[in-house]
Amino acid sequence: MTEAASAIMAPAGGGLLPLPVLIPAAGVLLSFLLGGRKAERVAFGLMAVQLGVAVAIASLVWRSGEPLVYILGGYGPPLGIALRADGFSAAMLIAASLIMPAAGLYARVNFATPDEGEKRAPLVFWTLLQAIQAALGLIFLGGDLFNLYVALELLTFAAVPLVSLDGRPETLAAALRYLMFALFGALFYLLGVALLYGAYGTLDIVLLARQIRPEPAVWLAAGLMTAGLLAKTALFPLHLWLPPAHANAPAPASAVLSGLVVKGSFFLLVRLWFDVLPALPVAVPGAILATLGSAAILGGSVLALRQERLKLLIAYSTVAQIGYLFLMFPLAAGPWAAEAFSGGVMQALSHAFAKAAMFLSAGLVAESLGHDRIAGLGGAGRAMPVTFLALGLGGLSLMGLPPSGGFAAKWLLMKASVEAGQWVWAVVMLAGGLLAGGYLYRVLKPALSEQPLRLKRAPLRSREYVALTLALAALLLAFAPPAFFAFLQIGRPGAGLALR
Amino acid sequence: MTSATLAGLVGAALVGLGLYGVIADPQLLRKILAFNLIGSGVFLVFGIVARKGAAAGLSADPVPQAMVITGIVVAFAASAIAVALTLRLSEETGATTLPPDALARPPGEGADAE
Amino acid sequence: MSVLLALDIGLAFLVFAVAAWTVFAPGGFAATVGYVVYGLLLSLVWIRLFAVDVALTEAAIGSGVTGVLLIGAAARLRGAEATAREGLTGLTRLFIAGLCLLVAGALAAVVLLLPDEGPTLAPQSMQSLPETGLGNPVTAVLIAYRSFDTMLEKVVLVLAVVGVWSLAADRFWGGGPGEARAERPEPTLAFFAQVLVPIGILVGVHVFWVGADEPGGAFQGGAILAAMWIIVMMARLTEAPQTSAFWLRAALIAGPAVFLAVGVAGAAVAGGYFAYPPGLAKPLILFIETFMTFTIAVTLAMLVAGPPRREPRR
Repeated sequence: MTEAASAIMAPAGGGLLPLPVLIPAAGVLLSFLLGGRKAERVAFGLMAVQLGVAVAIASLVWRSGEPLVYILGGYGPPLGIALRADGFSAAMLIAASLIMPAAGLYARVNFATPDEGEKRAPLVFWTLLQAIQAALGLIFLGGDLFNLYVALELLTFAAVPLVSLDGRPETLAAALRYLMFALFGALFYLLGVALLYGAYGTLDIVLLARQIRPEPAVWLAAGLMTAGLLAKTALFPLHLWLPPAHANAPAPASAVLSGLVVKGSFFLLVRLWFDVLPALPVAVPGAILATLGSAAILGGSVLALRQERLKLLIAYSTVAQIGYLFLMFPLAAGPWAAEAFSGGVMQALSHAFAKAAMFLSAGLVAESLGHDRIAGLGGAGRAMPVTFLALGLGGLSLMGLPPSGGFAAKWLLMKASVEAGQWVWAVVMLAGGLLAGGYLYRVLKPALSEQPLRLKRAPLRSREYVALTLALAALLLAFAPPAFFAFLQIGRPGAGLALR
Repeated sequence: MTSATLAGLVGAALVGLGLYGVIADPQLLRKILAFNLIGSGVFLVFGIVARKGAAAGLSADPVPQAMVITGIVVAFAASAIAVALTLRLSEETGATTLPPDALARPPGEGADAE
Repeated sequence: MSVLLALDIGLAFLVFAVAAWTVFAPGGFAATVGYVVYGLLLSLVWIRLFAVDVALTEAAIGSGVTGVLLIGAAARLRGAEATAREGLTGLTRLFIAGLCLLVAGALAAVVLLLPDEGPTLAPQSMQSLPETGLGNPVTAVLIAYRSFDTMLEKVVLVLAVVGVWSLAADRFWGGGPGEARAERPEPTLAFFAQVLVPIGILVGVHVFWVGADEPGGAFQGGAILAAMWIIVMMARLTEAPQTSAFWLRAALIAGPAVFLAVGVAGAAVAGGYFAYPPGLAKPLILFIETFMTFTIAVTLAMLVAGPPRREPRR
């Protein structure tokens, strides 16, 4: 064993880092093996453990004020693989560990397993749900670019079959389109990885960051990897796969797909541009990304306004909200960098909770009414008040109205863009907020009308409360203390400079 | 012009060729073939990197080789899923291409469909 | 110009030409056969790159098992293809071609700019090789230095099986893929299977076992074993097992499960997850690889077999 092996046990608590990957991975294997009812039980049991581990990791990161590191197998970088947890990782890990069991609780009705025997959809769902957890855990904690490629493929293979789970032809087409974009993304990411290895002989993020210089191989690698990750994050103009995939998937799957899966590739983009490539002059690429983001915000919101179906409207809203995430890239350098970073992270977190809440609510609407046509929502709000409360509160965060996490995010981003003199992003955000208000009004106005409405089936209160809890979480993020923002800065390169 | 550089150039050409096949050919099976071409092109770029990393008595750096092996297995798994989806789509709809308007009814559509 | 260089240039042209044919050939079936040829030629390129393990993997998995998968698909899609709609306009094609040329050109430029002796991890690999007890550095990278990657990739394979099986109709869930066992198997195929398969199994096991010190390993050996099972299934001498069978599920997860278990045990016994106790590295690695080979063989064969298409028997 190399000397790096002695670093395994230090800093204390680094040993927790493999767990958010290994526990759900073990769950996948167990659920698949045992099948039937046990698959679901394994999933819930291990998701509870996962939450505990995520909280433990976050508290260790907070207490040490430094990122946690773990070296796998006793072979450290550059030969081996390291895991790293910084503030952003820990926050996303906790969000994922909360949203996934919530989607699971909601899904117990959709994917109920009979007492004896096994059915297709439940087994696939409970197995793949845990696979998404393992993949996201690795994405948030991975410190090696090839390891992250394996994580991306894990995520794709877990997410695509969830889209086609109910077997209707539209879902098959949507899943295929998703798979095509995802494969394109993974291959171009891998090509960039090859070029970076060819240039520097290592794929460890920290080691690369120290050695990276602006040279043609690095620029091409950055371009290829970014293009690939943008396809997976569905940023305009590579967003075409998202609305059919997220709208046609079963509701709990849509919640996870829009809330978390899409944030995985975004997380890697942040890792790439903020952790690996800051030595490059990032002003122009940052501006390009933010321009695409602005197009997504405006275009996605306008398209959402024109939708006739609730789930498609929410899916286009995802396309728009993803655009906000990219506004943090041109604001990465300068005294406003910490604010912009916090704003971007807040947007990722609050959108995850809010969008998950909205998709679960939309699922309840579709099940209770038998359809999800917006035109037919008259009076639904009075018939299903808790559901529409969840939908409305989630929408509040999307619009960026106080008090909500979305408001905090947009406030930080607007403040940073004004301070940086890049006014245009602030204008785009305001326009986006107005448009979001527009498409939410389209949904809530008929819902809150006085029309009487007969429900085919009343929604289960417990499922409504699950959706409501997620929406409230999005709101609660608004009340994050300043310590939370300091926490998010832990491990951010250059963070020490800009916290004032 | 060494064999490694040749292989790298072929890899670059394959990536371009495969990309064309993916974007331009509407047939799903051809897209899957083209994805495999892109993949093998990417692996060849790893290959030239490995060969240029010959040292310590080895003719090629083992780390990129291991990555290519992992990549080949993952590429096969991706092809398997893509083929299964394509065959099922063809069984259900008779189509071997992706329908241009993939935005159809989300689930929950009950008896009162239009 | 030396003979070897002429050979290399010829090979490069051939590879590109067959690949181009795969993209532009008129029929799906023809293109797929072209792809299999392309894969075999590519294995030769890998040999010229002195990456023998990769050449074996490309021939076995990249060209072989993928080829069977795609040929089967092409055969089943042959009828439906004829009714497909027209492709894109000439102008769009030109634009796309230009874009692809740009990407390929940028890549080629960067490839040409690579230094003759680039940064490498070969010295570190060789330095740490003795403590793993292995002789093949590529196997060492896969199962010792970067074992976390390999373990997770095994989980990816399990997910691929779940994904493929998820596409079965509900009534077939738990049943078997492919066709039932034939009463009278086709004689040529049956003869081929009966003669080749026992030899193939020996070769597969040998390639796996030898991979610790020579080129080879779990992936290559497992792929050969998978191919043997696929041949037997194609000859309909046996039928694919029921997907609800416990032994099948256990076989599919055995590789990653053992890998995971040994990795977790490493935390207690060897000072870190996925670390090996000194002196026990080689036996543990072979132990893991045995299960990996078995799982890879079963997984690749089941992925080619596809989703269940027969009612479950009870």
